[in-house]
Amino acid sequence: MFKKVLIANRGEVAVRVIRACREIGIPTVAIYSEADADSLHVSLATEAYCIGPAESSKSYLKIPAIISTALISGADAIHPGYGFLSERADFADICNAHGIKFIGPTGDVIRRMGDKAQARETMKNYDIPLIPGSGIIDDINKAKKICKKMGYPVIVKATAGGGGKGMRIVNHEDELEENIFLCKTEAQKFFGNSAVYIEKYLKNPRHIEVQILADKFGNVIYLGERDCSIQRRHQKLLEEAPSPAVGEKVREKLGRTAAKVAKAIKYEGVGTVEFLLDESNNFYFMEMNTRLQVEHGITEMISNVDIVREQINIAAGKSVSIAQRDVEIRGHAIECRINAEDPERDFMPAPGQINGYVAPGGYGVRVDSHVYSGYVIPTYYDSMIAKLICWAPTREQARRRMYRALKEYVITGVKTTLPFYQDIIEDPVFTKGKFDTGFLEDYQNRKYKKD
Amino acid sequence: MNFEIDYVKKLAKILSDNNLSEMSLENGDGAIVLRRETQNNTPAAATVQPVVQQAAPAAVEPAAAEKKPVEEDLSNYKKITSPMVGIFYAAHSPEEAPIVSVGDTVSKGQVVCIIEAMKLMNKIESDVSGKIVKVCVENGTAVEYGQVLMYVE
Repeated sequence: MFKKVLIANRGEVAVRVIRACREIGIPTVAIYSEADADSLHVSLATEAYCIGPAESSKSYLKIPAIISTALISGADAIHPGYGFLSERADFADICNAHGIKFIGPTGDVIRRMGDKAQARETMKNYDIPLIPGSGIIDDINKAKKICKKMGYPVIVKATAGGGGKGMRIVNHEDELEENIFLCKTEAQKFFGNSAVYIEKYLKNPRHIEVQILADKFGNVIYLGERDCSIQRRHQKLLEEAPSPAVGEKVREKLGRTAAKVAKAIKYEGVGTVEFLLDESNNFYFMEMNTRLQVEHGITEMISNVDIVREQINIAAGKSVSIAQRDVEIRGHAIECRINAEDPERDFMPAPGQINGYVAPGGYGVRVDSHVYSGYVIPTYYDSMIAKLICWAPTREQARRRMYRALKEYVITGVKTTLPFYQDIIEDPVFTKGKFDTGFLEDYQNRKYKKD
Repeated sequence: MNFEIDYVKKLAKILSDNNLSEMSLENGDGAIVLRRETQNNTPAAATVQPVVQQAAPAAVEPAAAEKKPVEEDLSNYKKITSPMVGIFYAAHSPEEAPIVSVGDTVSKGQVVCIIEAMKLMNKIESDVSGKIVKVCVENGTAVEYGQVLMYVE
């Protein structure tokens, strides 16, 4: 097992990883920027080092500072969390070059799956269902031909893209050339890579993802799916597991397909395979996230598997602790991402000092957070305050429990999205469970029509 | 009053021998008060308490680690702080003398120490000018970003 783990992250996920390390019995090293000196992960870790000023580029993204800290603290492993350096193949390679274990897959695997067009190509070879699409576009006439065959609407996507950026929907052939150009420009600006590809655009699919665990012995298991269709501008707001749209047959197919993807690329670690589900319940591979995800907690609640613990154990050379036949999915879990944002002002970030904080509790209520009363939310990073997760034996009970927990939750001093979630959780469409990625737009239309 | 001078001298001696500041006596013959300026105890010389930073790599104590450095009155001095995480070295090599010492005058841009990060020796330049009044870090210990290396007058 590792002698010491450095957590190359901050906020809620740094706390999550430190907790898992403590339970295993591994000392931890926290890194922090000057803006995070009072952050919870700093006090929870065994040791902590200030590595730079507030700006992420000079601290949490500054590879030399992080590696230097690992070396002087004697850390033999680095956990990258999510975001920041977690899907940077070069960082994984650098850790390796310094004899430090990067808790995640290899740089090569990250590269393969991080390049979206290449990932599609790989999946083609393994017979994984794909959204009809192209490879990298280098010729407008070829592109027009492909799109004519697939049928419009189509979506032009940056191969190095992510986070909802570098995507353009095209409804008609006349708009194709211009949108390819615009997409390429945006891609160059945000990702330093202007290569784009095209996919058929599914108007309002459901976003279903499968959690997999894979060890170095070739064991791959899946822990059920998550439904992340409730999004705003491609950012997830609320997730639930299992998906209310998925029946047993499709569930098993999804799981086995995801495991097939992981096996095909000889994956090691925890990962998530993302699919889009159309109205006829056909699913298509979209992409793979080669890291721990924000919403991993809801899968933990329904499967009883500690995913971060597994991740650390796998990285340390152990096998996945459970066989597929022993995986039991029980009950239903929902997660609300509570952010310091003002829902009345288009979710404008509202950092500041939390002067009152009472987290909900009770059976089936889990709060993953790094905040406390008196904590000042810095302006330099994301606005997430907490992940509120509720579990219950049925979806309806979980929904009601979430409503109860949201009402109990007190956060004062900053504007939060708590009231927004209180409304969503009671919404009749959400309650029925029959929604897709068009949910939020539809919900807002209904809400404002009423007012 | 009828105090004989010898008696008063004796009283004065008692006062002084016992480091008393005041004594008053009354008897049938009268009253006398003797007062004396006593020396205040000089406070113990402001001993330099070790600055306890949370970053000490050897300290693997959870929870008990102090976060705030114990303050001496260095608030009027300028600081040379570390621009990186690494190991502080006072000299270019183990055989050489320290690059600067307390009492030396340094000018802005002058190299004052080395910080090693990943086997690379980085020359650290002062961004202030003045006289070194204190070197805060021991040779060969780890420093973090922003940590005070030296105070300059």
